[in-house]
Amino acid sequence: MKHLLSIEQLSREEIEAILDRAESFAEVGRRDIKKVPTLRGRTVVSLFYESSTRTSSSFDLAAKRLSADLVSVKAAGSSVEKGESLKDTVATLSAYDPAAIVIRHPYAGAAQMVAGWTTAAVVNAGDGKHEHPSQALLDVYTLRRRLGSLDGIRIWIVGDVLHSRVARSNLIAFARMGAEVTVCGPPTLIPRGIEELGCEVSYSLEGLEEAEVVYALRMQKERMSESFVPSLREYAANFQIDTRRLNPRQLLMHPGPVNRGVELSGEAIDSPQSLIAEQVAAGLVVRMAILYELLAGGEGTAPAAEGEGSRPTPIGTPA
Amino acid sequence: MSLADLLDVRPGEDAHLVLRRATVLDPVAGIDSVHDVVVRGGEIAALASPGEADTDGAEVVEAEGLHAFPAFFDPHVHLRTPGHEHKEDVETGTRAAAAGGYCGILAMANTEPPVSTPADIAALREQARASASVPVGFLATVTKAMQGGELTEMVELREAGAVGFSDDGLPIADAGVMRRALQYQHLCGGNIALHEEDARLTQGGAMHEGPASAALGVGGIPSVSESTMVGRDVALAGYEQARIHLQHLSAAESVGIVRAAKAAGVRVSAEASPHHLCLTDEAVRSLDPHRFKMNPPLREERDRQALIDGLRDGTIECIATDHAPHQPEEKDVPFEQAAFGVTGLETAFAALHTELVLPGVIDLALLVERMSGGAEPFDLQRPSLAPGSEANVALCDLGAEWTVGEDGYESRSANSWCAGRSLTGRVLITVAAGQVAFRLRSFSLGVAA
Repeated sequence: MKHLLSIEQLSREEIEAILDRAESFAEVGRRDIKKVPTLRGRTVVSLFYESSTRTSSSFDLAAKRLSADLVSVKAAGSSVEKGESLKDTVATLSAYDPAAIVIRHPYAGAAQMVAGWTTAAVVNAGDGKHEHPSQALLDVYTLRRRLGSLDGIRIWIVGDVLHSRVARSNLIAFARMGAEVTVCGPPTLIPRGIEELGCEVSYSLEGLEEAEVVYALRMQKERMSESFVPSLREYAANFQIDTRRLNPRQLLMHPGPVNRGVELSGEAIDSPQSLIAEQVAAGLVVRMAILYELLAGGEGTAPAAEGEGSRPTPIGTPA
Repeated sequence: MSLADLLDVRPGEDAHLVLRRATVLDPVAGIDSVHDVVVRGGEIAALASPGEADTDGAEVVEAEGLHAFPAFFDPHVHLRTPGHEHKEDVETGTRAAAAGGYCGILAMANTEPPVSTPADIAALREQARASASVPVGFLATVTKAMQGGELTEMVELREAGAVGFSDDGLPIADAGVMRRALQYQHLCGGNIALHEEDARLTQGGAMHEGPASAALGVGGIPSVSESTMVGRDVALAGYEQARIHLQHLSAAESVGIVRAAKAAGVRVSAEASPHHLCLTDEAVRSLDPHRFKMNPPLREERDRQALIDGLRDGTIECIATDHAPHQPEEKDVPFEQAAFGVTGLETAFAALHTELVLPGVIDLALLVERMSGGAEPFDLQRPSLAPGSEANVALCDLGAEWTVGEDGYESRSANSWCAGRSLTGRVLITVAAGQVAFRLRSFSLGVAA
């Protein structure tokens, strides 16, 4: 694997290889010294054209834990504000001979284009509303730790599917790992033709009880002014996941940042069935694994204790 | 009236050519046989029996096995002049047209500033007389500065030589303005060419709305954004007994509406573009903005089939390239940010021959007829090979294989939707309004003593 541009490009085996690698980094994370020398002397560029807390911080920390030199560029305050094109920015940063470029961009296909302009490995950290593969991998990782396997698991992805790259990457990843996926939201926020990606479509929460996992998406406030929903109040009344709608055996996930009281009730966020904090923790080890697979994966030497014994046993399975 | 009378071209010498033993195909004139085609004095002087033409003083082209067609006419080209000459100008754009076998083109008015005044038309006509390889006509905008609000001075624009009117690039959103333009057409004449799009339905869109856009997370341009406007405008044209030309149809529903409108007697003509006839939105999965981002967007297979059916039954009378040159910096950006448009003049015939004629989807005669069907909707004479006609000839080698772009382009821009494709069929010589407008460099001519 030269680049990580999409979940679409990954086979189930490739996804599992990355997750297995992440498990071994989780073991490293429990040591006092959490750093490994794998990428010593190599450079990772992180190039973010959109604001991000979780993704950018966890990629940055992942690069540092692997001992890489990190150059972190945010569009705000950089030459991008002076009108430099993406192509020229990439050419400039490529002059540092980076081993990897991690890019977040507001438009679909940006990471793929960058891959054509540089010899570095390119990691798509979110391209427009298209894909967010590292998010999907960390979500599958989180669920696999909890459930052991996604085979036959029913997952509902609820909310603004139209504007969500997470929804796209996750429904592909979940389906590829054997889960049955339903996307749910108001018809205005479900893209026409989405079912051809291999999911069911529901315009109401009726039937949610069949799901073992409920994955809520962020509902942005500006969607109201564009007439996608009449009001956040009406949206919440019909689609908010709260403890009344969520049954105690269901697991709850969300990519963050959460609008408390909109797509999720505060109670649901803080409930024991919420995996949100585990998702964030998984972000670090999965992103370490991604960088490792791309930059050192072919070299064979494992960074840490590996093997069957290091695989955590599933904590619980749904009834 | 001949193209040379109504359009503008750089003056030059009339060709004196004999295309010896060419296979002559002009379906409208009912010609399909081998002849010596004699071009002299600006006309098709004769279609002589093979090998029997008087070659005295003529340049003789050994054309055995080659095809002579009426040269093509494209009613929809962006010459980008004035304002964007770094993308294309009158000289490069008409050179590209000549290389594609065209003997005439119409240039759109969405330049910077838009072509909205008689002085704009006069200046462009002067440029064409100085530098155009093939006759070119200019459309003026329907509304002032293409703002969609007030009509341009359409009578004066016609007197200055505007061939017709179009706000192409933008729809005329206001139905009231559209209606006034159609009423006023009874005074000023000139067809009105319409880019049909409801901007409220395409907002934020960059490709056809369907499974491919859902998978890519790219904003969709639904088919109904076109068909609803087509429905509105054929209704208005019918009511006002006015004439409209619908540009670059892309959606199956639009074709159905036009077919019904024609049957009801509405004076409507329509065009389809080679890329919409050859490609679908599946190509957009590559997110390659150079080749696959245009407006209207590539649609689904059922839409493509509907366009082909429209070509067959005459609902769509002509093929138009919507040749839209852009420079690399406008295309070397993520798909959604890239400019809309692809070039098409140099490849239209070869692409359609390769994709539709060779697989047997349509026959050669239909393609040839539709390639020059864009003249009549604008009151221009259809190019013809009947003796006595103005000499407009495309000599083609239907067996020649070539790779698009390997020798560069005549156009100033390289955003061809065919870039890198291998095509079969190539234009060797174009005669436009009696002059040799193009010769393929690698095709050597035999000259008789």
